[in-house]
Amino acid sequence: MKTLTHIGQYVLMIQKTFGKFTKWNVLKILIVREIDDLILGSLGIISFISFFVGGVVAIQTAINTDNPLLPGYLVGFATRQSIILEFAPTFISIIMAGKVGSFITSSLGTMRVTEQIDALEVMGVNTYNYLIFPKIAALTLYPFLISISMALGIFGGYLACISGGFSSHADFVEGLQLDFKTFHIVYAFIKTFLFAMLLATIPSYHGYFMKGGALDVGKASTTSFVWTSVAIIIANSIVTNLLLT
Amino acid sequence: MIQINNLIKSFEETQVLKGISTIFEKGKTNLIIGQSGSGKTVFLKCVLGLFEATDGDIVFDNTSLKSMDLKTRALLRQDIGMVFQGSALFDSMTVEENIMFPMKMFTDADEDEIRDRANTAINRVNLIDANHKMPSEISGGMKKRVAIARAIIMNPKYLFCDEPNSGLDPRTAILIDNLIQEITQEYAITTVINTHDMNSVMEIGEKIVFLENGLKQWEGTNREIFKTDNEAVTKFVYSSEMFKKIREIYIKESN
Ligand SMILES: Nc1ncnc2c1ncn2[C@@H]1O[C@H](COP(=O)(O)OP(=O)(O)O)[C@@H](O)[C@H]1O
Ligand SMILES: [Mg+2]
Repeated sequence: MKTLTHIGQYVLMIQKTFGKFTKWNVLKILIVREIDDLILGSLGIISFISFFVGGVVAIQTAINTDNPLLPGYLVGFATRQSIILEFAPTFISIIMAGKVGSFITSSLGTMRVTEQIDALEVMGVNTYNYLIFPKIAALTLYPFLISISMALGIFGGYLACISGGFSSHADFVEGLQLDFKTFHIVYAFIKTFLFAMLLATIPSYHGYFMKGGALDVGKASTTSFVWTSVAIIIANSIVTNLLLT
Repeated sequence: MIQINNLIKSFEETQVLKGISTIFEKGKTNLIIGQSGSGKTVFLKCVLGLFEATDGDIVFDNTSLKSMDLKTRALLRQDIGMVFQGSALFDSMTVEENIMFPMKMFTDADEDEIRDRANTAINRVNLIDANHKMPSEISGGMKKRVAIARAIIMNPKYLFCDEPNSGLDPRTAILIDNLIQEITQEYAITTVINTHDMNSVMEIGEKIVFLENGLKQWEGTNREIFKTDNEAVTKFVYSSEMFKKIREIYIKESN
């Protein structure tokens, strides 16, 4: 019953977010700021993680497939598939649920406890649009982050294999190019976009509707991380079932 | 003028406001007083429209809130200024940006005109050298001044203040009280102030509504409050020795 109430309130929140729009002059500044905070601010950590995890994925694949009967291109192929299909879109999104998600929840939660949201409301601002829409708009650029993650992940895998002597340049590149399906990229980006919307809206919900005082802001961020991750995992299995099987 | 008719507010099972009626007059500082938890904030938020009243009506200068469509309500919002308990300044904006914000959002005035208006408000509340500071860099008293400037920049007809001097030292508290009263008289605003501070009651209590457990127990002026025998009021007022003395002086004076 409670879950249903939450879902209903969440849907209403999204509806109101696209209700009365804030003046464009004001809105564009808010969007730029969110792009800076949410997208550009995540570039470093995403690059770092992708590069090194990409390397580890490639090494693990190489070590576990060292049977001479298996073709040499396998390492490149497996690295590409796992990074494009799962690691970059899903794994990185879970990390972002922690980073971007708790940032969104705590900043909205703080505004709620300090009555800044009430102050906007009293003035007649559509607080849903003013506060949440810029986050959604900024996260439409999320696929750009994930592309970087894919590229760096594969590059990290390549470097790890070559420098560790697990694969040759020619074999790895052959694997990368083997059996390339455009649809896999489409699938990955459909997922990415969907996750971006979950990343923008679920933490916003937890921050916007939070109750209590400063201490509860921390609790709300944790709850928000849990629910955003759960939603991403569920969405991932639904989309994968629908699109790939 | 704001007229409150039998205002009731419940949260699920619990009734917080149990039918309050009163009138707030224009150009006067109207005080809502009562202990913590008596329902002052909920009352104010109902009048503001931040909470939907469960029953009853609020009439703003002959127009009832109930009869207003969404558009009229949105317009009414622009006639309302509000000073929140913790000031509620936007912490991502400078002092000046905070004050300019309502005009930026709701008027087509250009930047220079808005800045001019903001500076008039800034001077009015005696904010010195703070334009480019962030809210986290200024004192509590200054924050209150910024909040007042932001509340009056649109020339509101109605001004609401939730415990405007909580957390301030006694001297600053009185300065803020007086500032609000001066502004109220100067611009003929209908001002409603929540407080539990007896100093404010003495200073600016032109009209006082005493709340207890969501009910209006008494109303009158700051002179009358020392003469009433209402038990709830006397318990609240004379919780400090000082006000018992003041009562004696008042009674002597009037004899
Ligand atoms: N959003 C809410 N939901 C449920 N109860 C509330 C809510 N806001 C206030 N209350 C209750 O209403 C009562 C009055 O609170 P409040 O108006 O904040 O008191 P005051 O401002 O006089 O200190 C309190 O008992 C409080 O617990
Ligand atoms: Mg209160």
